[in-house]
Amino acid sequence: MLEALSYPFMQRALIGGALAGFLLSYYGAFVVQRRLAFMGSGLAHAAFGGVALGILLNTQPLWVAVPFTAVVAVAIVAVRERTALAEDTSIGVFFAVSMALGIVFLSLKQGYAGDAFAILYGSILSVTPADLWVTAIVAAATVATFTLWSQWAYATFDKTLARADRLRVTAADYLLNVAIAVVVVVSIKVVGILLIAAFLVLPGAAARLLSGTFRGMTLWSVALGISSAVAGLFLSYFANLPSGATIILLQAFIFVVALGAGRALRSG
Amino acid sequence: MSMPAVETDRVSVRFGDFHALRDVSFAAPEGAFVAIIGPNGAGKSTLLNVILGLQRADSGSVRLFGRHPEETGAQSIGYVPQLKTLDRRFPARALELVVTGITRRWPWRVSKEQRERALAAMERTGVARVADRPISALSGGELQRVYLARCLVREPSLLVLDEPGAGMDVAGEADMYHLLVDYQRVHQSTVLMITHDWEGARTHASHVLLMQQGLVGFGPPQEVAQEERLLKVFGYVGHRAASHGGAPRA
Repeated sequence: MLEALSYPFMQRALIGGALAGFLLSYYGAFVVQRRLAFMGSGLAHAAFGGVALGILLNTQPLWVAVPFTAVVAVAIVAVRERTALAEDTSIGVFFAVSMALGIVFLSLKQGYAGDAFAILYGSILSVTPADLWVTAIVAAATVATFTLWSQWAYATFDKTLARADRLRVTAADYLLNVAIAVVVVVSIKVVGILLIAAFLVLPGAAARLLSGTFRGMTLWSVALGISSAVAGLFLSYFANLPSGATIILLQAFIFVVALGAGRALRSG
Repeated sequence: MSMPAVETDRVSVRFGDFHALRDVSFAAPEGAFVAIIGPNGAGKSTLLNVILGLQRADSGSVRLFGRHPEETGAQSIGYVPQLKTLDRRFPARALELVVTGITRRWPWRVSKEQRERALAAMERTGVARVADRPISALSGGELQRVYLARCLVREPSLLVLDEPGAGMDVAGEADMYHLLVDYQRVHQSTVLMITHDWEGARTHASHVLLMQQGLVGFGPPQEVAQEERLLKVFGYVGHRAASHGGAPRA
């Protein structure tokens, strides 16, 4: 284990994994309680379109994927707010268009192949110092704006009550969706697009089974998210498995344990 | 003369071709206990939503203590929504819900002072014993009392209640009326309450607002309860005590 820690790529992966684990599981508590699991999936596929555009333009994919995905997140809420369409329909439309754009962008890129697996499945080898800095800045911004937790939680509980208390619920919804979009993009290298929606759901779902308050749920979710990311990265290194899939399988195991523990707590 | 606590002037709301409200005008004086009565689909909840600033009127205006609803401090309004808006799967204790009446945000941590205030309000509504219970484990009547405690804890000058008696037993509903009337007298506050309980409204309300898309009548209960008005709103006038949605007696 100490040998693994001596490699710079492993150090970067662990720091990146811990930061991504914190971010995905913190926002995951809202995703689970607001029943936005499909939103996570939609934003991950939107991120694919953004990353592919970045690759096509020969630039750092993250710089293109962050605004691209944030715009999609805003568009999803705007369509829900301004039309009679349900949110899952809106997500389904943007999901499909972004994925199609991503495939077209990659097909236009001559000689592209290498990074495709890293984007789709996650790869600890692909986490760069620049990726770490961006993820750290997003994590710092999340901590600095922690007061938003109370507003998002209130609107998650009851939008009407929150509106009656003069909370700007729609603005808060836009902000939350954009934050989730950014977090999804900066976590792609660790988890991969195909599995990032699961990372948004599994720690929050396990946390919900273990806690009777939203504060407790948030804390459990973050603790499970960070610990599963770090442990999953070690496992993937030693077993030579894709990092994203290993982390998600570990989280699924924790979820099953939480199911049993939650049942035992209720019956006890 | 003091300004009305709640004043609407020709308020109309349409949803597509459907007129939910048509030219509703009334002025409830400060200290009034107004029971809003009408059949399902009469526009009662839409009217409350406009008054609370949750729904924009297509035309007309609303004034709360002389000001636009959105300019009125939320702290001065206590709102009890219909239970059907509640997500029982949200992980929360009853006390946390009451504390939102103080903080107007979901509390990350409940201070000792907030806990004491919330418990005092829950004591008044008879639910202090369920303070630390999950909201998912409460009965409909207990939840209504928790919401009532949440409304009272901020000591509002205007109480807006959307069917607060739903889910309560008869004794619970009687307790609720006494609690509201006592609070209103002590704090000189104004109450707007949607109810289907005509008998309760006749006994406890100072004013009745009878609705059927528009205003059919507004005034003291004995003045509003005229046979032709009740016929217009409910289609017929019953000859029995008519609480819980039954036909009222003139």
